[in-house]
Amino acid sequence: MLKWAIIIVAALICVALFMNLWRLIQGPSIQDRILALDTMYINSIALIILYGINVGTGLYFEAALLIAMLGFVSTSALCKYLLRGDLIE
Amino acid sequence: MEFWLESLVAIVLVIGGVFLLIGSIGLVRLPDIYTRLHGPTKATTLGIAGLLLASSVVSSFAEGSISIHEWLITLFLLITAPVSANMIAKTALHHGLPAIERTKGQELMEQANRQAPPTGMTTSLESDAKDKQP
Repeated sequence: MLKWAIIIVAALICVALFMNLWRLIQGPSIQDRILALDTMYINSIALIILYGINVGTGLYFEAALLIAMLGFVSTSALCKYLLRGDLIE
Repeated sequence: MEFWLESLVAIVLVIGGVFLLIGSIGLVRLPDIYTRLHGPTKATTLGIAGLLLASSVVSSFAEGSISIHEWLITLFLLITAPVSANMIAKTALHHGLPAIERTKGQELMEQANRQAPPTGMTTSLESDAKDKQP
């Protein structure tokens, strides 16, 4: 039962990632692209956690935590660059 | 793993995956950037919280003791999602992106744009300093 749930959820997340990719390519403004990238980070964290459940080790949570931190830092850095034209003043 | 626990974990997993998909559908379907912010920041955060809850239950059962470190990621995402959404909305206001017709309070967008960090924050700080000087 858990195997089937993992397969179904992986399919759902892959569809969601393709939708984010469409918004990343299509997005009319650059803010849409930043938002799509942020959502892609979160969806990839979900995929990594799902793989961790499937394999049965706790090894992948550090990778997920690292991606979460890098995702937030990169989003805020891109927004800061768009707001002020500079990262470190 | 016992059957009831496995089915509980499977249900929570599928609910989380459906919420992740709903967030991404919102990102694709909604009309402008200000409404598009709602999908990923609310639905996706709830979806990944569900996934991490399921993962926490599974690894707690496997290790035989309560596993905490999944909640670290959930807590981090719950803290950072509103912050990044606020920064993206501020950037969109700063670049003057148009909202859809039905948005209420559109006359405030101009004012909010003028108070944005590049000019607004510094001028308010300077005016504070001027008030204190005499």
